[in-house]
Amino acid sequence: MVTVIKKSFLVKGLKLPENKISANKPIEKLPVPKKTLILLQQHFGEPCTPVVARGDKVKTGQIIADSDKLFSAPVHSSITGTVTNITKVINPFANNIVDAIEITADEIKNEDEWAELETDKLMLEISENLKEIYFENFKNNFSETQKKSKKTEAENLWKELIKIINETSKENIIQKVKDAGVVGLGGATFPTHVKLSTKKNIDTLIINGCECEPFITSDHRIMMEHGWQVLAGAYIIFKVLSAKTTFVAIEDNKEDAIKLFSQLIDEANLGMNFKIISLKSKYPMGAEKTLIKNVLGRKVPVGGLPMDIGVVVNNVGTAKAVFEAVSEGKPLIEKVITITGDIKDPKNLLVRIGTPVNDLINACEKFDMNNFKIVLGGPMMGNVISDLNFPITKAANCILIKKTKRLTEGNCIRCGRCVNICPMNLMPLMYAVYTKNSKFEILREYNINSCIECGSCAYVCPASIPIVAYIKTAKSVLSGYGK
Amino acid sequence: MENKEIKKSEENYNSDRAEELVISHAPHIWSGFSTSKIMYIFLASLIPPTAAAIYFFGLRAFWIIIASTITAPLVEFIIKKARKKKFIMDGSALITGLLLALTLPPRIPIWMVVIGSAFSIAIAKEAFGGLGYNIFNPALAGRAFLAICFPVEMTKWYLPQTFAADAVTSATPLNESFVYEGSKIALYKNMFFGNIGGSIGETSALLILIAFIFLIVFKIIDWKVPVIFIVTVTLLSFLWGDDVLFQILAGGLMFGAVFMATDYVTTPVTSTGRILFALGCGLITFVIRRFGAMPEGVCFSILIMNGFTPLIDRYVKPKPFGYIREKPKMKSKPKAKLL
Repeated sequence: MVTVIKKSFLVKGLKLPENKISANKPIEKLPVPKKTLILLQQHFGEPCTPVVARGDKVKTGQIIADSDKLFSAPVHSSITGTVTNITKVINPFANNIVDAIEITADEIKNEDEWAELETDKLMLEISENLKEIYFENFKNNFSETQKKSKKTEAENLWKELIKIINETSKENIIQKVKDAGVVGLGGATFPTHVKLSTKKNIDTLIINGCECEPFITSDHRIMMEHGWQVLAGAYIIFKVLSAKTTFVAIEDNKEDAIKLFSQLIDEANLGMNFKIISLKSKYPMGAEKTLIKNVLGRKVPVGGLPMDIGVVVNNVGTAKAVFEAVSEGKPLIEKVITITGDIKDPKNLLVRIGTPVNDLINACEKFDMNNFKIVLGGPMMGNVISDLNFPITKAANCILIKKTKRLTEGNCIRCGRCVNICPMNLMPLMYAVYTKNSKFEILREYNINSCIECGSCAYVCPASIPIVAYIKTAKSVLSGYGK
Repeated sequence: MENKEIKKSEENYNSDRAEELVISHAPHIWSGFSTSKIMYIFLASLIPPTAAAIYFFGLRAFWIIIASTITAPLVEFIIKKARKKKFIMDGSALITGLLLALTLPPRIPIWMVVIGSAFSIAIAKEAFGGLGYNIFNPALAGRAFLAICFPVEMTKWYLPQTFAADAVTSATPLNESFVYEGSKIALYKNMFFGNIGGSIGETSALLILIAFIFLIVFKIIDWKVPVIFIVTVTLLSFLWGDDVLFQILAGGLMFGAVFMATDYVTTPVTSTGRILFALGCGLITFVIRRFGAMPEGVCFSILIMNGFTPLIDRYVKPKPFGYIREKPKMKSKPKAKLL
């Protein structure tokens, strides 16, 4: 049996209104866009340099930019067409200007032709079979006896799949993951192959299915509809890292996902090493550092990485992408994006990377855009975009359309709410005070670089001081931006 | 050809939709628990002691409260206009006015109340920059000002005489001349319910306790500060051999600990800092009560610790998440030089 560990003791964090209005909407596929703009730095690390020139014909899944640095991940074309432009774009995620390649589909042919992918035929076959079983299971329309036979069938398939994964060499998997350009899809976009090829001794893998930000449901939908892929991907990562335990961390507001995963782990017979942790839904539970602390009780040292304490955290979407990369050789060119907020029909869409935001908005029911803001990301950490042609990147997981309420910044009354709530034990009010007075150097004393910019402080601030905005300003000044 | 393209893209960009979008920073949701909400909840918590003041000290108390609570926002409004700043009615001035009124003796002339209230707002609060910038608790600063300027009126205490014309002069329990005729239990009972001489709002321990629980439930104040403050005074009195229960119930200790030592602006922001603050308040209160010339020390103890707040905030910082204390390096001891 699978152990579901419940962590329900008092955890530090915010109780936010969840607003997961799109939780029950199945993932829909957005039609392949006519034009994409693909940023060349969609990951944490070095930007890529284009390997195609203007006018080149590219196929879907073809590498269009790469870098020989370690901290980098190649970028692929997400549609079939012609490279029409190589320009520069402001990236609100990293606050910098990056190169971007514009690809336009053929207007007449309008086809989606994939580049040749390096597939693992055996694995692909099994995964197709599993997909069939679980997809039908998802619809849930058969009798008990049928269910039983399907279950044994699934168990056999899992056995084979695990055998194949066990036989695949580590180097092979890491190379495939690297070629596919897989990065951490939780938002930090840390190149996954770097995580996988760590030399450090890893004992625990955590699969992050928390999704603690309100509104976003893309990870939830991935878990529900592609749960088996997530699990298989998790197993691959688990094998590569030669970890001892894997925790699938899910917040307790996603009961269905917890149930599904215990069933999946049961069928895959991985109960020995795979455990599910049901965490209290508090913000920011899904942030790497707080997650590790709440699951294992370990603390990531200041300035360190989870690997330093023998832990690797991967998002459920990343696990799925890893499995697709290993089995199908499919590069990371698609992402599930939640489009939600103050709109009538929130959706979960499977979107090609580089699709302009406008296409996603048009897929929803029309609404009056007046006085709305379009947020790329969740309500707590997302960035507002000013240009509807801005493309979807690997970091995006949500488009939030919110009515604007203008808040006036009041005086800080030093109530200490931000200090109490801060998951990193900092004093956010000082960041606002000293940034206003341009005394940036003092902020180092207050450990500003430990801040994860989760936005909890600004959320609770009674004076509605935009503390995160001040922190971002101070951080960029301190890092010597613009000098 | 190329120009055409650019023009086309510009047209796309300037489509009517794009212009109406709003830009702002994260987070895009807000708790809605605003400063004024906090202030009004705090004001609501002051209703029980205010009611007690009027019940025990009659119409005089009522007029003191009215005078003080009207003067405070009025003065703030005038000063904000003079400084050409926007006046926001967030209830903070009302709190200052009400708190000041509740710490005054029952027979103080109304014009003194007005002066004290005006001083609280004009000098102790607005002169420092307004809400959030004052170093000293405005209400306590106002009280201290009155205590220094009008020492006679500020130390004339009366026994509670509900709506009676003639009142009997009496000492507050903390005065050395205080004598209580009756059993000790009856004295404690009177002190607990508030039927005793003292400042108009501070006498009833029961109603202050109710207000304290109310503030805790609404998560307005940190429970640690009042508790540690009172516990420190109790412990020190116990060690000195004083009547412990008497020390807790007498004077403005409970009132000051619940409403004054928990003021946001003038106390430290971190949990550890607040504990230090409360300890300091307790210590100074005990010292003034025991050795000082004045019978009561709560007001000045809090004011003195207010002065330490910036220092505490500077040096008592929470350890950041994942902080590792640097291991002290084994310094090779310099060899002692032979002289």
